[in-house]
Amino acid sequence: MSSVTIDAGPQAPSGLDSFKQTALYRFLIFPLGQMLVFILGATVLLTVFVYGLAVLFPEPRPNIVLVEQLNRQLPGMIISGISIGFVYAMIALGYTLVYGVLKFINFAHSEIFMVGSVIGFSFMSFLNSLGMLAGFNPILLVVSTVLVSAGFSGLLAVGIERVAYKPLRRAPRLVPLITAIGLSFILQDTVRAIASLTINDFNLTYPTRDIAWLQSPLNPLVFNIGGIDVRVRITAIIIMIAAVIMLLILNYFVNGTKAGRGIRAISMDQTTAGLMGIPVNTMISLTFFIGGALGGAAGALYGLNVGTVTPYIGFIPGLKAFTAAVLGGIGNVTGALLGGILLGMIETFLNGTLVYFPAIGIRYTDIFAFGILIAVLIFRPSGLLGERVDEKV
Amino acid sequence: MTVLLELTQVETFYGQIQALKGISLRVDQGEIVTLVGSNGAGKTTTLKTISGVTRPKHGTVRLNGNDISFVPPHKISAMGIAHVPEGRRIFPLLTVRENLEVGAWNVDRKNVIAQRMEQQFETFPRLKERINQKGGTLSGGEQQMLAMARALMSGPSVLLLDEPSMGLAPVLVEGIFEIVKRINEQGNTVLLVEQNALMALEIAHRGYVLQTGKIVLEGTGADLMKNDTVRAAYLGEV
Ligand SMILES: Nc1ncnc2c1ncn2[C@@H]1O[C@H](COP(=O)(O)OP(=O)(O)OP(=O)(O)O)[C@@H](O)[C@H]1O
Ligand SMILES: [Mg+2]
Repeated sequence: MSSVTIDAGPQAPSGLDSFKQTALYRFLIFPLGQMLVFILGATVLLTVFVYGLAVLFPEPRPNIVLVEQLNRQLPGMIISGISIGFVYAMIALGYTLVYGVLKFINFAHSEIFMVGSVIGFSFMSFLNSLGMLAGFNPILLVVSTVLVSAGFSGLLAVGIERVAYKPLRRAPRLVPLITAIGLSFILQDTVRAIASLTINDFNLTYPTRDIAWLQSPLNPLVFNIGGIDVRVRITAIIIMIAAVIMLLILNYFVNGTKAGRGIRAISMDQTTAGLMGIPVNTMISLTFFIGGALGGAAGALYGLNVGTVTPYIGFIPGLKAFTAAVLGGIGNVTGALLGGILLGMIETFLNGTLVYFPAIGIRYTDIFAFGILIAVLIFRPSGLLGERVDEKV
Repeated sequence: MTVLLELTQVETFYGQIQALKGISLRVDQGEIVTLVGSNGAGKTTTLKTISGVTRPKHGTVRLNGNDISFVPPHKISAMGIAHVPEGRRIFPLLTVRENLEVGAWNVDRKNVIAQRMEQQFETFPRLKERINQKGGTLSGGEQQMLAMARALMSGPSVLLLDEPSMGLAPVLVEGIFEIVKRINEQGNTVLLVEQNALMALEIAHRGYVLQTGKIVLEGTGADLMKNDTVRAAYLGEV
């Protein structure tokens, strides 16, 4: 018998390993790379899929050649898919962060998003009433609107947790869930009542008419790529930039700060986190604030993009963001990003393609989003990235 | 000797079930005190009542003379009690470094944290090798080391250890007791809960024997080891 010696000693860290510990990698290169991979992956997958459809159904309607339509629309679909995907991702993070610490789905989160969009409207209208809107620096305008909405929604989420969820923490799981759904209706109707009483209308149109650069449907940026004019809405670009910045900040907060570490510890083991000196209730409030702020910021960006918001706009995007969170793996921050981007792109590509098919049209594309939700819940309830190692212990 | 920790007639309930039926004990500065007893005697509950996870219905828990019976756990931790819970309970998705940093939650000065981390690596060199590894991927013995190191990061005045030898191979068990002794010699006060009564009493200055929520015997480690009841009940002799 020969003996084999195995070097069981510690391995010297390689250059790559130590690079991976640097802040530059952890908080910039890695998260940006991750977003890029998700976006490219989804783009390739869906492009193959829609061109596959074009092969199967070259002419879905008389005189409509699907390939030609796709060639013309592809860049636009990619851009708007990414931007709506980022909106879903930002909302989805609110569901996932709260689920992480409390193991509870905050179904009122869609209304936090709605309130963000309404606050964005109110803030812009306020500036407008002061006559300041038209002369405002564009970047400053977007930044301040998003920040005001984020701050307000964040505080609202904290208030809701304190008043409506905290007293129920020891109640059976169904109880806070029902409370959350009830809260949704209360928030919708409260916003409607306030809007009706103050401006006598609850269709709230962002006062962007006077801001030429924001009149994106009329004034899109046009790029000429390979002989095809690609029209890109300015708001889509604003959403992408704002979302990337906020997602980078969130990643830094969760993985790079003491408070983020505390929140992660609480989501793994609340009792032990308390034993380590972590103020559990404060950290839970902070989690609601961060999730609410992201939702509110998404609301303002969404409002800018669609132009008109109502107290009822939260429901569908909220449900889709919830789908995105479940798709990526509820409780998993990276999963929310992946799920959001995937869902946004799937939806946009299907909208852009199915519109040429008789009898399907775009009216039914929500079926796909919620079909995905049901399929994930049945076949992979832990989501795409949702394997939580901590639950094996 | 200054009394650090003192329990007086503590009674703790889980709903209707009374787990502690009037526990009185004290831990002096610099001691290793051990609490032995069979399954369900109330050892874990005693530690949880000290660290604030469960509340006493009657009686008081005092730290340095201050009543802490109703102080929330995170504040008790800040006051100087570090609890290594039963089953280790390290944070599985945090790295070794992050677990240690969480242990130092109430330490504000960065250089103190760095220095304490170095101290832990001297005591537990294994942890240094695995500093960027996720806690959940460590072996059972390494997890126990991490749990102890994490607790020591707060610079506690009392360390509560709940069955540190549980589930470890015999060689490792000896190692863990060695380390507990060494930690104590470095100036830490320890309240040690163990089923492994023989080894616990061997390193302890004093001990208490707990039976169905009551203390039935107390004395120095050496005296308790000689006690016939203890030998019969916990050291496996008839
Ligand atoms: N969360 C709980 N709910 C209800 N009863 C509990 C709970 N925790 C402990 N008990 C009961 O309290 C009593 C004391 O339990 P405890 O965990 O303190 O015992 P222990 O001495 O640590 O036992 P072991 O050596 O098995 O860890 C037991 O009868 C147990 O069943
Ligand atoms: Mg126990």
